[in-house]
Amino acid sequence: MTTALRTPVSACPACLAAPAAEAIAERAVPKDARISLSLPTAHCAACIRTVEDVLNAQPGVSAARVNLTLKRASIDAAPSVTPEDMIKALDRIGYPAHELDAGTIAATETDKAGRDLLMRLAVAGFASMNVMLLSVSVWSGAADATRDLFHWISAAITLPTIAFSAQPFFHNAWRALRNARLNMDVPIVLAILLAVATSLWETTLSGEHAYFDAALALTFFLLAGRYLDHRTRSIARSAAEELAALEVPRALLMVGGSPVETPIADIKVDDVILVRPGGRMPVDGEITDGQSELDRSLLTGETLPVFAEQGLAVSAGEINLTGPLTVRATAVGQDSSLHQMAELVAVAESGRNRYTSLADSAAKLYAPGVHILSALSFLGWLIYSGDARIALNIAAAVLIITCPCALGLAVPAVTTAASGRLFKKGLLIKHSTALERLAEVDTVVFDKTGTLTNGTPVLRGVQGYDRTDLSVAMALALGSGHPLSKSLADAAQAAGVVGATVNGLEEIPGYGTKGLWQGTPVFLGRAAWVGARPLASTATYLKIADRDPIAFQFIDAMRQGAVETVKALQDAGKDVILLSGDTAPAVEALAATLKITRWTAEALPSDKVQRIQNLTDKGHKVLMVGDGLNDTAALTAAHVSISPASALDAARVASDIVLLGNDLDPIADALATAVSATKRIRENFRIATVYNVIAVPFAIAGLATPLVAALAMSASSITVSLNALRLR
Amino acid sequence: MDVLVYLIPISLLLGGAGLVAFVYTVKSNQYDDPDGNSQRILSDTYDDAPKS
Repeated sequence: MTTALRTPVSACPACLAAPAAEAIAERAVPKDARISLSLPTAHCAACIRTVEDVLNAQPGVSAARVNLTLKRASIDAAPSVTPEDMIKALDRIGYPAHELDAGTIAATETDKAGRDLLMRLAVAGFASMNVMLLSVSVWSGAADATRDLFHWISAAITLPTIAFSAQPFFHNAWRALRNARLNMDVPIVLAILLAVATSLWETTLSGEHAYFDAALALTFFLLAGRYLDHRTRSIARSAAEELAALEVPRALLMVGGSPVETPIADIKVDDVILVRPGGRMPVDGEITDGQSELDRSLLTGETLPVFAEQGLAVSAGEINLTGPLTVRATAVGQDSSLHQMAELVAVAESGRNRYTSLADSAAKLYAPGVHILSALSFLGWLIYSGDARIALNIAAAVLIITCPCALGLAVPAVTTAASGRLFKKGLLIKHSTALERLAEVDTVVFDKTGTLTNGTPVLRGVQGYDRTDLSVAMALALGSGHPLSKSLADAAQAAGVVGATVNGLEEIPGYGTKGLWQGTPVFLGRAAWVGARPLASTATYLKIADRDPIAFQFIDAMRQGAVETVKALQDAGKDVILLSGDTAPAVEALAATLKITRWTAEALPSDKVQRIQNLTDKGHKVLMVGDGLNDTAALTAAHVSISPASALDAARVASDIVLLGNDLDPIADALATAVSATKRIRENFRIATVYNVIAVPFAIAGLATPLVAALAMSASSITVSLNALRLR
Repeated sequence: MDVLVYLIPISLLLGGAGLVAFVYTVKSNQYDDPDGNSQRILSDTYDDAPKS
């Protein structure tokens, strides 16, 4: 990483202007832009080379580097290079890529918290190894002055190390105590402090037993658990947050007849906005001028584009397809339909049960238990022997033996292994308890458009059309940027059709394209425009002179792995439900292909939430898979949710797991992995408990020497970690 | 047991050297892409100007 070094400005009044001037200069001379892309399918040495070679070969790219761990490519390029070009270039060689938001990357790249934990872990590891060496000689019989010397050296190493390395535990414990709660960190801190205090006391009295090594080993193992936990979560979180927002926070405001780029926040009701073809509606409004077609699929799930003309009400989030539209804003900000959707999400969120993670419920049992046990053994020994020193020693031993090392490692070790496995398959676990919740799922609800299907139309049966018709249609289609036209042209090209020579090609926004072919007028566009009878499915119509119009029908292609995923889920005994905002015939057709018996069409966002709430009330644990704005509230209301990376920003934020690739396959795997991960976590808790049940009587009986404590602690931590690695 | 006077400082110094080396590797971003590094070494194109 290179940081731009700026010459320091000396303290003089005139220099106050310098930073401003510098800022202007920076704006005027654009520096190399850094583009970051997520590469979910990169996995091998060859991938690194192919991707880097292709990226470096692009004009304007000065350097490209792939990070395989984060599955990400960073590109230094001239400002003229756009991420879209890079994504296209990678797509051609078979690597799907998503743009990442450069601003958020800068914030997460250094990962300060992770590095901080790693430093503390390293220091604790260094200190515990040295103290362990010294302890070994004490255990093997060093006596008198030598033992005291070793104890003092141990103390000198331990005290500063604890002060530095155990800080995260101190902070967390203090925060919990201040709120009058108990968490896992309270017994940890108590054990560390008590061990260090009694050891110091013993050392000043030239005592035989000191627990410096135990205090350090405790810190080391627990920090290892924390670090694993942090690492898994930060990889997932940064990758999910950095997927660039699809919504553009700018609008073209018409000022005196010319468009001016303006932040959305500054748009007021009755402002007139220009929306170019391919652009998204920034606000709710009414069309004042222009004709076009609107794609509402992300909002409602409808796949058929809607004809738009003067007077039609539009909502924020719809995509303008063919012609430029001028829109008068009727609702902005708080009142827009986008914002109302957000409120629906908030309502769903408040209704969501707060899930108690396995670790939390274990801590709830564990924390008071060890405190009581330790206090009782202190009192017991005080009454029995009347010696506070012995009693305190025993109490410290009990706390150390019952140390939550294994408990602290039990969950992170498993989630690290599981998330790593799922990440390789292209799933990002965003939420720390998502895996546990995923394991409980018994009902899976799918959205249709964009989730089970790709959301892009594909021409049905290219071979079924006359080649002359196709070549004319292709020539007309090439004159338009409409998704149906693009798809038609691509399909024709793939079938080896060469476009006919069409003169005077003209696009009539909202209707279609027309031209002259061999002297006769030809039209490609909406049914009403060419005089055809409209079909129920998505189609475009070709009219050549006076002949009957020909319908080109499109289907929304199913996403890769959709059939397999639905079948795998049904085989695993899950209820699969299809909930879509699209029209009934389209939904029914898909449900039939996928063999889903329960489906609902024309569902409004609130219907989806209602349906999921009903299922939840009946005691079902629902997994919602969806991508659109209309799914956002439902994603939040479900027990656990997954959205594809192609989903809208809002949907991705609302879901617990993000699917990076185009394939749906990993979903079924994820459910299986989640179940086995949860099983391992429970096993780990059981192992930790067994260790405690065996070791605690020894500690209470006063038989736990520092050697026994060290053995018990390391053995349980290692068993738990190994058990986590068995995860398949 | 006079030898301890030398041995203990030596062992601490050696351990400390390891710690300093580790801190250096963390500071110089050597753990940013462990998977990639393990694969890159298999590549036969010589990368004479590795970028960070």
